[in-house]
Amino acid sequence: MVSVTIIDRAGREETVEAAPGLSVMETIRQAGFDELEAMCGGSCSCATCHVYAQGEGLVPLSADEDDLLDSSDHRRADSRLSCQIRLSAALEGLRVTIAPED
Amino acid sequence: MVAGGGDPVDVLIVGGGHAGAQCAIALRQNGYAGSVAIVGREHEPPYERPPLSKEYFAREKSFERLYIRPPQFWEEKDIALLLGCEVVKVDPAAKQVVLSDGTMMTYGTLVWAAGGDPRRLPCAGSDLAGVHAVRTRADCDQLMGETDGGVKRVTVIGGGYIGLEAAAVLTKMGVAVTLLEAASRVLARVAGPDLSAFYEAEHRAHGVDLRTGVAVERLIGIPGGRVTGVALQDGTVVAADAVIVGIGIVPAVAPLIAAGAAGANGIDVDAFCRTSLPDVYAVGDCASFACDFADGAVMRVESVQNANDQATCVAKALCGEARPYRALPWFWSNQYDLKLQTAGISVGYDQTVLRGDPAARSFSVIYLKTGRVIALDCVNAVKDYVQGRKLVEAQACPDPGCLANDRLPLKGLA
Ligand SMILES: Cc1cc2nc3c(=O)[nH]c(=O)nc-3n(C[C@H](O)[C@H](O)[C@H](O)COP(=O)(O)OP(=O)(O)OC[C@H]3O[C@@H](n4cnc5c(N)ncnc54)[C@H](O)[C@@H]3O)c2cc1C
Ligand code: FES
Repeated sequence: MVSVTIIDRAGREETVEAAPGLSVMETIRQAGFDELEAMCGGSCSCATCHVYAQGEGLVPLSADEDDLLDSSDHRRADSRLSCQIRLSAALEGLRVTIAPED
Repeated sequence: MVAGGGDPVDVLIVGGGHAGAQCAIALRQNGYAGSVAIVGREHEPPYERPPLSKEYFAREKSFERLYIRPPQFWEEKDIALLLGCEVVKVDPAAKQVVLSDGTMMTYGTLVWAAGGDPRRLPCAGSDLAGVHAVRTRADCDQLMGETDGGVKRVTVIGGGYIGLEAAAVLTKMGVAVTLLEAASRVLARVAGPDLSAFYEAEHRAHGVDLRTGVAVERLIGIPGGRVTGVALQDGTVVAADAVIVGIGIVPAVAPLIAAGAAGANGIDVDAFCRTSLPDVYAVGDCASFACDFADGAVMRVESVQNANDQATCVAKALCGEARPYRALPWFWSNQYDLKLQTAGISVGYDQTVLRGDPAARSFSVIYLKTGRVIALDCVNAVKDYVQGRKLVEAQACPDPGCLANDRLPLKGLA
């Protein structure tokens, strides 16, 4: 299992143990956080799963992810689409904050 | 279970699909403290439908990964799920509904989010075994059972997104697919000829026997048994071990219409998703509304975006934050390695601009109406999609020559 800390829009923080292979989007959803819309269900098509991610071992953004993130007014240097981060042991200790709604 | 004639449910949601689920989620998110219940015909807690013709069908995702929220979420948020039963009768004066098991429930507000049922083929043989729709998990599981069981030839009737997506997955699985479309091109209802031609060529290149302008006369098979083929009006017979029918949906609205709600193609709603009945809303695939992004034309929009955003709009209204529904329609479809993203509604366009190169499998079709950008279909062109949606929102009228020049970003053209 990989431990991931999720911080919601109100600043509430929770650390969960997640299964490798799942995306961070699925992990946030399964942890019962209700703020992430993730409308396209992880197809890298919608940008409604925007988070700020801090941790070691993150793979770089793909071009599609980068372009989609540009649609957000809240984009930052650590912006990611949570459906595009697949959990692995290398991401142990990852911290993700759900970005504000666009 | 909620007992018959018990306490009224403050918000009773009919249908546990995308819209119903999101309405309940958004109510709690916005601090709604009253009682909330979802009555749903299917047996599963709310799940995502798009993967049924994509990752789930391709077995890239298990069903558990499609849940809109984990099953325990509903209990935690005190949202009652009454699954495996449906609302069969509505009494708007008494504010009561009757469920298929005879239970009576009283509501404060009713939210009709019942989606639609697959349109059935209006010809002989449509009830043979081996004839499938792709709308629910159960539909999809049946189909997957058949391909596991050795079905080698599938005929898909209908060249809309669902039919095309199913054809793509089946082809990848090594199934021989014939796709029959009655119109002269696929996607005729939702996209322009450039996009149709592109997808037709792609499917053919992947081995799909795609035929347009063909009329199905009847399905043939062993009476009372399995389908064996599709007879066309020109006399041809296409042999098939199974048939997928993807010819659109019929809105699931009969009980509400019987109760007096206005509507013909779905339930008519106003800008706040209110029906003509007091305290009854309708959202998602079954709601017919005057769409701001189609110059006020009355339509139903069948997409996750519309289901989610209308549901959120109603939930906010019930929490005292009523605002008219005005969200840019968008949609996606994945076939093979092609990512299609659409923004806006292309109905009524009088000009299209092709941007990028279909041969390079990365391009966009931009739809204009009297010079104004009203919609885009972007294939493997995420940047165009992201920047182009802003043009639709801004009702921009850029120079078509500039739109066609893919070295000029769409961003600068608003
Ligand atoms: C295979 C497939 C692929 C799709 N792909 C995409 C895509 O890529 N992108 C996209 O944007 N959209 C896609 N869609 C469309 C999208 O799934 C729908 O627009 C969306 O599900 C609509 O949500 P809804 O809640 O209005 O209806 P639904 O999700 O259909 O939910 C309605 C629910 O209500 C239930 N119900 C009906 N009548 C009653 C009753 N009387 N009482 C109780 N329950 C009732 C139904 O059984 C159903 O469970 C796809 C749809 C399908 C079927
Ligand atoms: S869920 Fe749509 S982009 Fe991540």
